[in-house]
Amino acid sequence: MGLSEAGIRELRELYKKREATPGQVVDELLRKIDKLNPRLHAFITVDHDAVYEQVRQAEQALGRPDAPVLCGIPIAIKDIFTTIGMRTTCASKILENFVPPYDATIVRKLKAAGAIILGKTNMDEFAMGSSTETSAFGPTRNPWKPDAVPGGSSGGSASAVAACMVPGALGTDTGGSIRQPAALCGIVGLKPTYGRVSRYGMIAFASSLDQGGTMTRSVYDSALLLEAIAGFDPLDSTSADMPVEPYSQLLARPRELRVGVPREYFVEGMDADVQASIQGAIETVKELGARIVDISLPHTRYAVAVYYILASSEASSNLARYDGVKYGSRSGPAQDLNNMYKDTRAKGFGREVRRRIMLGTFALSAGYYAAFYGKAQRARRLIQQDFDTAFGQCDVILAPTSPSPAFKLGAKLDDPLKMYLSDIFTIPLNLAGLPGVSIPCGFTKEGLPMGMQIIGRQFDEKTILSFADMYEQATTWHTRTPAI
Amino acid sequence: MEYEAVIGLEVHAQLKTQTKTFCGCATTFAREPNINVCPVCIGMPGVLPVLNRNVVVYACMLAMAVRGEISRRSVFARKNYFYPDLPKGYQISQYELPVNRGGMIHIQLDGADRDIRLNRIHIEEDAGKLMHNQDGTSYVDFNRSGIPLLEIVSEPDLSTPDEAIAYLKKLRTILLYLGVCDGNMEEGSLRCDANVSVRPRGEARLGVKTELKNMNSFRFIHKALDYEIQRQTEVLGRGGTISQETRLWDESSGTTRSMRSKEEAHDYRYFPEPDLLTLEVSDDLLEEARRGVPELPDAKAGRFTAEYGLPAYDAEVLTASRDLAGYFETVVGSFDRPKAVSNWIMSEMLRFIKDIDTEVKDFRVTPDRTAKLLGLIDDGTISGKIAKGVYEQMVSTGKEPDALIKELGLEQISSESSLREVIAPILEQNRKEVGQYKAGKEKLFGFFVGQVMKATAGKANPSVVNDLLKKMLREEKT
Repeated sequence: MGLSEAGIRELRELYKKREATPGQVVDELLRKIDKLNPRLHAFITVDHDAVYEQVRQAEQALGRPDAPVLCGIPIAIKDIFTTIGMRTTCASKILENFVPPYDATIVRKLKAAGAIILGKTNMDEFAMGSSTETSAFGPTRNPWKPDAVPGGSSGGSASAVAACMVPGALGTDTGGSIRQPAALCGIVGLKPTYGRVSRYGMIAFASSLDQGGTMTRSVYDSALLLEAIAGFDPLDSTSADMPVEPYSQLLARPRELRVGVPREYFVEGMDADVQASIQGAIETVKELGARIVDISLPHTRYAVAVYYILASSEASSNLARYDGVKYGSRSGPAQDLNNMYKDTRAKGFGREVRRRIMLGTFALSAGYYAAFYGKAQRARRLIQQDFDTAFGQCDVILAPTSPSPAFKLGAKLDDPLKMYLSDIFTIPLNLAGLPGVSIPCGFTKEGLPMGMQIIGRQFDEKTILSFADMYEQATTWHTRTPAI
Repeated sequence: MEYEAVIGLEVHAQLKTQTKTFCGCATTFAREPNINVCPVCIGMPGVLPVLNRNVVVYACMLAMAVRGEISRRSVFARKNYFYPDLPKGYQISQYELPVNRGGMIHIQLDGADRDIRLNRIHIEEDAGKLMHNQDGTSYVDFNRSGIPLLEIVSEPDLSTPDEAIAYLKKLRTILLYLGVCDGNMEEGSLRCDANVSVRPRGEARLGVKTELKNMNSFRFIHKALDYEIQRQTEVLGRGGTISQETRLWDESSGTTRSMRSKEEAHDYRYFPEPDLLTLEVSDDLLEEARRGVPELPDAKAGRFTAEYGLPAYDAEVLTASRDLAGYFETVVGSFDRPKAVSNWIMSEMLRFIKDIDTEVKDFRVTPDRTAKLLGLIDDGTISGKIAKGVYEQMVSTGKEPDALIKELGLEQISSESSLREVIAPILEQNRKEVGQYKAGKEKLFGFFVGQVMKATAGKANPSVVNDLLKKMLREEKT
């Protein structure tokens, strides 16, 4: 195993035994990025000087007994998190040259834990997309099959981790943006409970749904990263004041697990390979001692509609600040203020972002609010209640992450509705604020990875990670790497 | 046909908290633009608001002062519109569930009492300020962005500009008593928009209203309301219709002019602010607010009439500011003749305060010195008239009254023997007048008093002079 294939756990071991240094690891990863990034375009920004400055600090700190837990571990950051002094674009032209004067809280926490920020990864513009094709800087590709998408919106992070350009990355998940690309790239993607991780410095798409999380090649690594980034943040009023557990040390085999399988998640026209892989996973967990419970989440069919109303409404407001006045790009001289706004926003935002701003603006308009936003809020509560009821019968829920494996670039780009349905299984969790982890559970005949998600009760990351870890121990899907 | 006006006021009061509504930036005056700013109050990507608890305490204090109904749970909402001084493209405000509903503000006008009902009080953040250059470029100053405001909305209970001003002055007094707002209208810490309509007298239905903006003093508000009521009355009088619109007061022309029509009005697309939790007002917070509410002007005025036997008018004047009322009570504490103190404050002290344009708290003559001066009048050391001169000296020099009296030799002459020595030569030199007086021309008495005062430079004790003069004139031979 080369240094680039080593996970976070292995790197920590290597550092501890002094069999590798952060400098050697970074050298290897940067070589890999130089080689692969032109084809995969997983990274938007990699600043070698900044990276080696961090390497120098990490190497000094590693020798000390109080070296922090992630000391010298390279991590990639989705370009939606602000990073002091490092360009943060949200994959949008409008922020093409935006250099924030502040770190996102979870970036600050990673740095405090000793991690090396390796670079900023590509994404759908403002996280609006399920394929990383809406990036203003060009699409990211799937390392398993470069003419396929990596999923999205955290497709850059997923592709980078899957292609072993970095052992772990941060992503964000508003409707599936961590879990779906994790599934499509064959890695582990964890979306924590809403409020578990601070949103400060995470550029807002839909504030009531957005949640930062981890993307790694093992459940253990995700647990370790979650420990580092989770917790209450006085700068985020919606972050939860709940104790953070040492997840990586609690990955014990759960006892007497009742596993709910929602019948609504096995829809007509679902990809046969995906269906088969989930059936296989169900068999595996049965063998591992889990009891399968047939559950119903009856309002699932409203989730996509509810999501696109609420997320777009919030987005239309969250993105109003990009007006060309204070920072970001501004179109050239305009006749008057209104034209300055119009030109700036028409040129600065891509098509999908403009579509969602208009959708959200409409849904919030006088005369339409009650019929759209108001109704969607009520439906959201019904979806939450579905989960509450289901968790009376089971401890975790097992479901497919995505209805299909990675699709070809361009296949859905011109059909927004088809694209929106890519998130049909992931969206309900965001609406309910629940934690979910997607882990590899098989490969298609073509050799594309597929994932399943384990969904837990609010703030019960411990149980879903333990369950996922148990499954991972019993299977080998996670050990495969793309032959790129 | 006779018309009557219906007026409702929306007041924005800037709160005097140390820091802004949702970040840690100072709210204090800044010499340069964009000094008191941070990523939060200039709306940079990814930042989040965190509510300043004191803003809620202040809001609850006002709610208690106007006897409103505090919502134990209220919700922040985003008010969406584009303007360069609004960094996020939305203002965090409250919409469906404000922190306070209802309440009353009591006003007195021409001897009549009225309770003006409030609709609501809600919390919101201020916007920045635009600065326009001569060359056509504009700049934005975000120092003000995020400073907390309370929006206080009245019911349309006001019917004249005088009532509107009485309401505003009372509201301002309450805010000043609470110490939550500095009440400065010129500097914009207290701003007022007015909704005005007119209707035929006796008609129950409201007429079409216009909203007036850009009035930054009581005087302008009065003028703008006068003008707008007259304008609407004239339009309706000649059979025209009023269009619902926003109008700006233009001081230079003394008129209001249309700023935007109803069709051009913004659709603010309010929705609950997802970055903030429901605002829950705890018992602790209510208790803290309760402790912050002092005796309010109405209660104080009531006490002043009951406890000090002051006329209602005096009580109202003295309680118009918390500092003045406190001043009065301190003086009375060492000189227990409340009406004399009230007279002195209203006729002398307030005149100086106005003339030298100062505040009660900064006034050079302390309550203690005022009490001393009034005591010197009372014990006959100086006359009331001399005291006024001494007071003027106290204001200008800052000296103690007794020191000044000594320095200027102003002690009152009250001894009969001394005054006899003054009066005798006066009577001697004015034989003719003495004769006339004794012949029955009694109004000449005043002439003799005047001569005595002249001779003593006003220091003679008037009542002693009166008695003595009468006696000595009686003793005079014809």
